[in-house]
Amino acid sequence: MTTLRIPTPLRAYTSGKSEVTVGGAKISEALTDLTNQFPAIKPHLFSEGGELRPFVNLFVGENNIKDLQGVDTPIKDGEKIMLIPSIAGGSLIPNPSPEGEGSPFSLRERVRVRAK
Amino acid sequence: MIEELSHQQILRYSRHLLMPEVGLSGQLKLKNSSALVIGTGGLGSPVALYLAAAGIGRIGLVDYDTVDSSNLQRQVIHGTSTVGKLKVESARERLQDLNPDIQVDIYNEPFTSENALRIAKDYDIIIDGTDNFPTRYLTNDVSVFLGKPNIYGSIFRFDGQVSVFYAQEGPCYRCLFPEPPPPGLVPSCAEGGVFGVLPGTIGTLQATEALKVLLGIGESLIGKLLLYNALDMTFDFVKLKKNPNCRVCGPNADIKELIDYEEFCGVPGHHADDTSAGAGWDITPQEMKERITRDPNLILLDVREPHELEIAAIQGAKNIPLGEVAQRMSELDSAEEMIVFCKRGSRAARAIEILTSAGFKKMKNLKGGINAWAEEVDTSLPLY
Repeated sequence: MTTLRIPTPLRAYTSGKSEVTVGGAKISEALTDLTNQFPAIKPHLFSEGGELRPFVNLFVGENNIKDLQGVDTPIKDGEKIMLIPSIAGGSLIPNPSPEGEGSPFSLRERVRVRAK
Repeated sequence: MIEELSHQQILRYSRHLLMPEVGLSGQLKLKNSSALVIGTGGLGSPVALYLAAAGIGRIGLVDYDTVDSSNLQRQVIHGTSTVGKLKVESARERLQDLNPDIQVDIYNEPFTSENALRIAKDYDIIIDGTDNFPTRYLTNDVSVFLGKPNIYGSIFRFDGQVSVFYAQEGPCYRCLFPEPPPPGLVPSCAEGGVFGVLPGTIGTLQATEALKVLLGIGESLIGKLLLYNALDMTFDFVKLKKNPNCRVCGPNADIKELIDYEEFCGVPGHHADDTSAGAGWDITPQEMKERITRDPNLILLDVREPHELEIAAIQGAKNIPLGEVAQRMSELDSAEEMIVFCKRGSRAARAIEILTSAGFKKMKNLKGGINAWAEEVDTSLPLY
């Protein structure tokens, strides 16, 4: 078992918990345990294709899993995992467009489509 | 190059001169150095105050806003007497009062792809005191392109982050955050709130790092990210490495000039009207008043948090906080007309998006939220 630190912006999806105890021998298993316990957090961490979103940073101890073996990074018992959010201060929220697809990511994805 | 201090300056900086790590030569270094502070808000306030007090020879301040009384809970460079003034002018007055020896250059304009390189090129370091993702990515890219250290600080509610991004010697902001989070994931401080002293702590840490970098002393936060939580009173450090795939500072970087950061982030950086759900969805406070008079049973949905109802409320409104709208929409009738509101309009717009995807059609967003209602209809309510 290991402790996963949840940053303030994501605590809305973990019933306000700042730390969640998760099981698993590697990061992917720990995240599966987290999303099983708190399904609402899933779309904030994973894309629809099941990939970890690029703005999600996970650290095991002091190290970014991107510098280790990604989601296959093994976790030692008792090691602390931290989810590190992008925060921007008073970042402005755009308006969802009336024809939005109901997903919090729709505008971003529309922008990406337009940029192609 | 100024090579000596006046007697008056020696007295002013005597507590620095006593320390071997600073001393006379360090103080002269500071006097001959310059720092650009992007934003004169929560972070920019303590940064600029401490850099001015420390005797940085030239400080640049970029902001385009005016001082509002709701700023004063945390933006300590401004004061009640400067409410309504340009922030850069209010800040300059305070800095010159604190230290008349220094030069304060002000830029009363948004920091944009058009002016950023011109403004930043003549400063030794850049300090990120911005409050939105587009300007953060812009500040990072400008720092990388000009080869200058970017003293980074960021806050949200009780959480803060500090680092020194310096692509010459370590990672940049994009190495850690290649892309911003999708719009809507992170609420703004105006909606989510911020613990007033938090930017004081984070901004003071930024000023500390800026002074160390300029003096060339100590261990800087290059390659490290400091994470602070005021509620838990925890400080954590993690290691940051240069990302070989970084699009601005990696070996195969493909971003070689400033881009359209608002498009990149999918959010407006400046002068955004984030109080509206868009044409066709908005209802003005006056129109809402008329609708209520015609149909007293009209459903009003307040999507603010329960503790906000203690500040101001509209009688008869049903409260379902935005975070619970998806789970509790069965309490609402999609056939009935409904006006949705929050503090300023952006949470209501998101609630409308959620309800639209569930088939609700007859909705309006109170433009400007309960604050606009308090200004235009029920003046007995406070603004917050």
